[in-house]
Amino acid sequence: MSLHERLASWSEDELGVTGRVLDVVRAPAPVLSTVGADVDPTAQDVVQLAADLVATMRVSPGCVGLAAPQVGVSARVFCVDVSAHPKTQRHHGTFVLCNATVVEASRNEKSREGCMSVPDFTGDVKRATRLVVHGALPGTGESVTVEANAFEARALQHEIDHCAGLLFLDRAAGAHAIYARKTYL
Amino acid sequence: MTLHAITVLGHDRPGIIAETTGKLAGLGLNLEDSTMTLLRGHFAMMLICAGEAPGADIEAALAPLSEDGRLTVSVREVPAGTAAAGISGTSWVLTVHGADRPGIVSRIVGELAAVGGNVTDLTTRLAGDLYLLVAEVDLPAGVDAAAVEAALAAAGTELGVGVTLRGAEADDL
Ligand SMILES: [Zn+2]
Repeated sequence: MSLHERLASWSEDELGVTGRVLDVVRAPAPVLSTVGADVDPTAQDVVQLAADLVATMRVSPGCVGLAAPQVGVSARVFCVDVSAHPKTQRHHGTFVLCNATVVEASRNEKSREGCMSVPDFTGDVKRATRLVVHGALPGTGESVTVEANAFEARALQHEIDHCAGLLFLDRAAGAHAIYARKTYL
Repeated sequence: MTLHAITVLGHDRPGIIAETTGKLAGLGLNLEDSTMTLLRGHFAMMLICAGEAPGADIEAALAPLSEDGRLTVSVREVPAGTAAAGISGTSWVLTVHGADRPGIVSRIVGELAAVGGNVTDLTTRLAGDLYLLVAEVDLPAGVDAAAVEAALAAAGTELGVGVTLRGAEADDL
């Protein structure tokens, strides 16, 4: 497995627009259960959306990824940045992918996940820990095929699911695999 | 050997399980199966125990639990051998989520019952306006799972909720 140098060196500065912090929508908003539309990664509104997603992720504590449906836009665009997460092994830092698809997935592991759009629950979800994803960079539209592992692989699958109208709830490992987030007052 | 089904329901506090199981152990009863959860903060436990103690003795032993009126205890003898025969077929996990409204569970599980599907485990939760159901389901051999999925999806559309049915594959390690 090798790091994708182009993706690892990518930053939102390349987009050339200032990201706006958007409101994150919560389930049961219908947009979260709607299959996102394919986008033209070079279109100006997609470039702006990419910048907005990164800006919104940056201001959200603990947020390692954000997909367009979570800001109310039914489109196949998401950002990821797992660099600061303790479960991360290798990673590509901050990046945005458009129209991403899973090419290969193997070595499933079950782990507890949460989501900004489902703030009251966490859940055990089985995901591949070795992943190959294909997608396009916003702005230039370059086609990239990325290998990811461990937590970055999990984050990518979570965001690709969002773009397909799926939440981690849809992948609950069983009837007792969803947990209420504890709030001790 | 007799089987008894025991339910304990009511106001949650620390120590209910310890007291209940302590009394049962004192009667020489063996816990065969049990489940406990909090439903909207209410303690809810069901268990099946096996042993020679008569139901009246179990009731008497557990009576102190319900003395202050905040817990309800029931003891019922259940016939041995009534465990559902394992059906040959396929296992699935069903997830339903969406805006809360009456009738989601009945409409969805009705689709499963219509094809002889058996729900073997089910939890539902409500947080704010988000209603969530996760169930484990056995479908009999020969049932067209794709058709069941389509029927569930149609029911979901009607109810305005998302429905997912996925194979419950087990990874043997
Ligand atoms: Zn999410």
